[in-house]
Amino acid sequence: MRRHLWIWQVAMLVLIFTAWQVLAQPELIPPFVWENPNRASFFFGEPVKIFRVVWEWFSGGAIYQHLWVTLQETALAFVIGAALGLGIGLWLGLSPTASALFDPYITAMNAMPRVVLAPIFMVWFGLGIWSKVALGVTLVFFIVFFNVYQGVREVSPVVLNNTVMLGANRKQLLRYVYLPSATSWVFSSLHTAVGMAFVGAVVGEYLGSARGVGYLIQQAEGAFDINTVFAGILVLTAFALVLDFAVGLAERRLLVWRPVQSETEQM
Amino acid sequence: MTAAVEFDRVTVTFASRAGAAPYTAVKNVSLEIADGEFVSVVGPTGCGKSTLLNVVAGLLKPSGGQLRVFGEPHGGINRRAGYMFQSEALMPWRTALGNVTAGLEFRGVDSRQSKDRARDWLARVGLTGFEDHYPHQLSGGMRKRTALAQMLILDPQILLMDEPFSALDIQTRQLMENELLELWSANRKSVIFITHDLEEAISLSDRVVVLSAGPATRPIGEFAIDLPRPRDVAEIRLTPRFIELHDRIWHSMKEEVLKGYAQTRNRVVS
Repeated sequence: MRRHLWIWQVAMLVLIFTAWQVLAQPELIPPFVWENPNRASFFFGEPVKIFRVVWEWFSGGAIYQHLWVTLQETALAFVIGAALGLGIGLWLGLSPTASALFDPYITAMNAMPRVVLAPIFMVWFGLGIWSKVALGVTLVFFIVFFNVYQGVREVSPVVLNNTVMLGANRKQLLRYVYLPSATSWVFSSLHTAVGMAFVGAVVGEYLGSARGVGYLIQQAEGAFDINTVFAGILVLTAFALVLDFAVGLAERRLLVWRPVQSETEQM
Repeated sequence: MTAAVEFDRVTVTFASRAGAAPYTAVKNVSLEIADGEFVSVVGPTGCGKSTLLNVVAGLLKPSGGQLRVFGEPHGGINRRAGYMFQSEALMPWRTALGNVTAGLEFRGVDSRQSKDRARDWLARVGLTGFEDHYPHQLSGGMRKRTALAQMLILDPQILLMDEPFSALDIQTRQLMENELLELWSANRKSVIFITHDLEEAISLSDRVVVLSAGPATRPIGEFAIDLPRPRDVAEIRLTPRFIELHDRIWHSMKEEVLKGYAQTRNRVVS
């Protein structure tokens, strides 16, 4: 069972889609809920039709520009949000005065539901990608910020003292100890942060845009085209999985120095 | 000749946390370490041994008295001292080589040259072939060797060692002690070696200083160790002179150790 786990996982997927297809079939199941036999497929769509839409998107090439836009927004939101979070996290982590001053504001801004800012960003940055990037940044920033802030305060005092004794000045201490240590904290929140950047991009598109996968879904919903909506959701999910996989690869490359739990000590 | 390190009635009092009384870790310590001398400081647990080292390192400012380094009163980080800590102090995100070159990089030595010198030092502590390993990929003993190379590459005039080998098993520990003696005798520095292990102290040092139990620790005895060098730390423990010295020092320490033990126990109970 263990060895062929993926076969079972795929089988599960096939089973779910088959059941979905069968249950949504008009008149296959006696219409005890809805008087109209086509209702089930109207509400839930049909996997066959959904896959046809996906296929047409990819074979016709219509989807690529939308995916590209969403990817751009996600990447920009992540990079800008992470850089801001890293910088401000380091600053506040190292300066007790600044941190005491800003603490209530940071808490307040983090508590605020940032999705409501989306319309404001649209007014400020227009309907292009930047309003989505801005929304993503507000989501990514706090995740990275809190991780870095915590990380800076938990840098091992022995490592710090040792580095001081080796002759590091304040700037070198930042570069040799605080920054690498904080970076490892950024990476530990990487999966969440990239996920948040993606959420920001899609929600932003959904609320008002002319391109992007979120826009596709929003358009289809306007036309009650449930199959296209599900096709969009499917593409988004697959896209998120690919992103997550890419993040995993980057993480493994950049954090080679971190002990892996299963790794034995080499003598 | 001026002493490498001179404590002149040094007192260290830690400010209290809300409510508690201030804690005096060491009081009126006067002690001299000559240039090139290997001095061990022994004392019961929790008696402020590390506090003394931190004062020499400049990580702590004495609340009273003065510390002189080669005759000069000193404040701030002691640039002439190298410090080997008890717990893990390597930068986990740098390889063994990167850790050893760090000090040279801070001093602006060119990268090629510092790498060459670091490779040479890693070879001297027996770590050739492990240059690209990260600390977590090295064993405890290898990490200590890396820390030793990291400190010695800067050629400090004073070595401060805070129970550096206490986390190692006894065999590795004796190996490391012999290696330390070998490196030290090739280029004699002043060493202040903190330990709670009397045998380690005697087998390594020129002089053993015994501290009283804390708080307000002060030296209560000094013993010159006249054992011949070069020494093998495992063999020298079996010589009659070693046993005699051990007896004498232990006798003077015993009371303080019991005192320290009673205090620790009381602290646990209360």
